[in-house]
Formats: sequence, structure tokens, C-alpha cells
Amino acid sequence: MARIIVITSGKGGVGKTTTAAALAMGLALKGKRTAVVDFDVGLRNLDLIMGCERRVVYDFVNVIKEEATLNQALIRDKRSDHLYILPASQTRDKDALAKDAVGRVLEELSDSFDFVVCDSPAGIEHGATMAMYYADDAIVVTNPEVSSVRDSDRMLGILSSKSRRAENGDEPIREHLLLTRYDPRRVDNGDMLSVEDVQEILSLSLIGVIPESKAVLSASNAGIPVILDHDSDAGQAYADTVSRYLGEDIPHRFTEAEKKGFLSRLFKG
Amino acid sequence: MAANPQSLEGEAAAAFELKAAGFTLPIFRLLGDDMEAVANQLSAKVGQAPDFFRNTPIVIDLGDFAGGEVEFPLLVGLLRGYGMIPFGVRGGSKAQHASAETMELAVLGETYSRAARPSPANAENAERAAADEAVHASMLVARPVRSGQRHYAAGGDLSVVGAVSSGAELMADGNIHVYGPLRGRAMAGVNGDLEARIFCQDLQAELVAIAGHYRVSENIPAELQGVPVQIFLDQKILRIEKL
Repeated sequence: MARIIVITSGKGGVGKTTTAAALAMGLALKGKRTAVVDFDVGLRNLDLIMGCERRVVYDFVNVIKEEATLNQALIRDKRSDHLYILPASQTRDKDALAKDAVGRVLEELSDSFDFVVCDSPAGIEHGATMAMYYADDAIVVTNPEVSSVRDSDRMLGILSSKSRRAENGDEPIREHLLLTRYDPRRVDNGDMLSVEDVQEILSLSLIGVIPESKAVLSASNAGIPVILDHDSDAGQAYADTVSRYLGEDIPHRFTEAEKKGFLSRLFKG
Repeated sequence: MAANPQSLEGEAAAAFELKAAGFTLPIFRLLGDDMEAVANQLSAKVGQAPDFFRNTPIVIDLGDFAGGEVEFPLLVGLLRGYGMIPFGVRGGSKAQHASAETMELAVLGETYSRAARPSPANAENAERAAADEAVHASMLVARPVRSGQRHYAAGGDLSVVGAVSSGAELMADGNIHVYGPLRGRAMAGVNGDLEARIFCQDLQAELVAIAGHYRVSENIPAELQGVPVQIFLDQKILRIEKL
């Protein structure tokens, strides 16, 4: 049985898809058989970030409507044998995600994978609730700013009341906080919430802090999950996050501003 | 309500007055639809004290009636035969009320509390209901209360162990206790209890209210924010005091 992980946030544009791609790739690189499912029907992006957009034949909705088998729709990643992508449909809308059918697909995936990563759409409507309904773990992606924090808080409330685990009275979903687009210098200047501020508001265990990084945008545009960019701080931070998710105890990095010497300040501005 | 003769000064003396009064009446609790069994039991009962039931007005209670249709003509005839005067029914279904009205029986309102005097068959249910009530009376929430979540303690106190996020809502008929930062809304005494209070360890609330008297965050002085406080009504004025 696979563990089903939902990447969620409530707010859009905070880095859910980037995180889903990085986490799935990271787990696959660690030898875990991983499937990553795009729940953002109608606004699919995951295939672009994963760089498989030209290999999409069938999609999630085809599988839900039993127009294709799961094996036909799953796209094997070219960089890792352990990673498969189930893309969303671009021509349908989220109403196509029937609860029972989603459950059936996830169960089928569970049989052949160790981890199923669900990339949730923004919002708290049907698409987002379907993405988290069957989850075992949740990674709540949050930017260090107040509206994102509030939306994450709202999402946590929904996770604890509207998931299958909540409805069946099972052990609740394990919730993790992932702080993205973090800029320690702006925190020092007082115009960004600090890790401690966000943790205090959300009272949640921190699984990682991803620094604001140019590498994320260029990796997205190139269709390469940023975790494969081993030289970048964001890539390393995601690698740490994956290790932490798998139970390793690794100190958080990139949460302090680099102390710049006089010369570098002079020449770099 | 009742017409007052003094107020009709100068007019003709009133021919009648309408007033309300309460009476204690015997209740005939009908439990089954077997009229033969009713007749047998009734004759035994009346046989013990024939005079007691003579000309006694009586109400038929259908609250615990287990059968389907009530044979009112038979039942009324039986009761009248023993000298009782059945004049009304209470409880039961609409259909039963309709057939009671054809026998010119009044349909009386449901004014008693079922839990107050449970029948033996319902004692267990009543006990369970009472236990439920006790559970409902005070409420404990041991998880953080997230934005968009609401908790309402009907008829009692609400205690929260954990943070209450901004955008969350706490309501209680009694007091509210928050062991953690209170950043959302808290409304105590929502049923109008002026004695209700809010206690919290760290006041950062968006809004606090007691029995409808409220204050928004903007109107809470800075020195009372972020400290343990109690909030109560003093002469219907909301007061926030450091603990």
C-alpha cells in the first residue's frame, strides 16, 4: 500500500506544483516507486514542470471515465525509472473528478507504488477537496506572507474535517508545513514573516524551508524539477525536505541571511 | 389579556371575561392499540376506586403510543362508560389529531418535557439523552481551531486547548476559555447570558462579544493585546481586564 501525499495550500501561486514535482522526483531518486497525479483539471501544469507535455496521450479524466487504463495514461519519467506522471486533462473541468472514481484510481495506484503524490489545485472547491480526500499525509505549501498563511490555516481546517480519515474517524492526516519563497534578508528587514512567525500561527511541524531562488523559474521553464539542480539552494532545500519526509533528521538550511563581506557588498551592490 | 372591568368605565357592564387558568388533570397514556386489553385493564383499575374516576375530565396522551391508528370512538366510549370525561389529546401524529377532532376532542399543545418524567420503556433513552445533554453542556476542543472552523457549545462552556486562528469562530451559551493565543472571534453568552465571560491566555482576537455586546480588535487597547485577560460585562459595558 502506498502512502498518499497531497500537496496543498489554498492559495495559488505559492509553489504547489513545483513542490509536487520536486518531491516526487526526490522520492524516486531515493529508489521509491512514485506516481505524481495532477488534480488541476482544466489548468494542467504538472506535465510542463516535469517536462513530459509532449508525451501526453491519455489523462486522469480518461482513466476516471474508464476510457483508458491507468497503464495507458501513466507517463514514465525519462530521468528516473521509479517515477510516473498522471497528467490532468486540459479540456475538462474539475467536476469530472467523481469521488468514487478518484478513490478507485488512487487505490489502483496504491497497489503498484510506494508513494502517490497528489498535486492539488488552488482554492477550496471540488478539485482541491478531491485531491486531499484520500490523503495520508499533507504538505501545506505556504509563502511567508499573511494571506498565504491564512489560506493554509483554512486548508488545515478542511483537512481535519473533510478527508476520508476524518469522516471514518481514523488517525488524522499527518500535516507538514513547507515554507517556500523564503527570503531571509527581507525577514531581517521586517517585511516578510519569519519561520517562527508562520509556525506560531499555524502550530505545525516544519518539513522544510525553500529559499526564494531564480533556479525555480528557470527549472520550471526547462521542464526539469528543481530538485535536479543540485547546485541551487532551492534544489538542495528540496532534497533536504525529501530526506526529512522519509524520517531523516536534518537541520534546516537557508533560513539565515548570508553575512556579506565589505568587498562583496561593494562589488555586488 | 383579560378584560378589565375598570377600563370599561361608562360602558355597559361586561357580560363575560376571558381569563387563563391552569389545571392539574389526570393523563391517560395510551401505550398500545389493543382496545380489549385497554378495557380489561381499565375495569380492573376503576374497580379499585369507582368514585375516583366519576366525572373526571381526562386527557389522552399519545406521546408513547406504539400502535398505528387510535380507535377513538371505542376509546372515548370506554372512558365515558366509566364516568370519565375525555376532552382532549396531546402528542401523536397529525393523522391521529384529525381523527381525534372528529370525536370533538381538543388537540392540546405539547408542553411537558419528555425527559422530566420518563416512562419505564423510555427511561434508558431519557438517560442517554441526559448524558448527551451533559456532553453538550460543556465542550472541549483539544486541537488548534483553524481559520473557517466554528465551534458552538450549546448550553454550556467552551474550552479550547490550542491556538484559535484568525477567521475561526468560537461561540458558547456559557463561558469561553482559550489556553493558547486567541486570534479569531469569541462570543460568549450568545443566548443572552450577561454573566458569561471569556478567559484567554493571549488576547489577539478579531472580535470578542458577551451576550451581543461586542468589541472589535481595533477598539482593544494595545496594552491588553497579547496578555492573559478576562472579558466580562459590567453594567452592560464590555470590560477587558488583565489576569
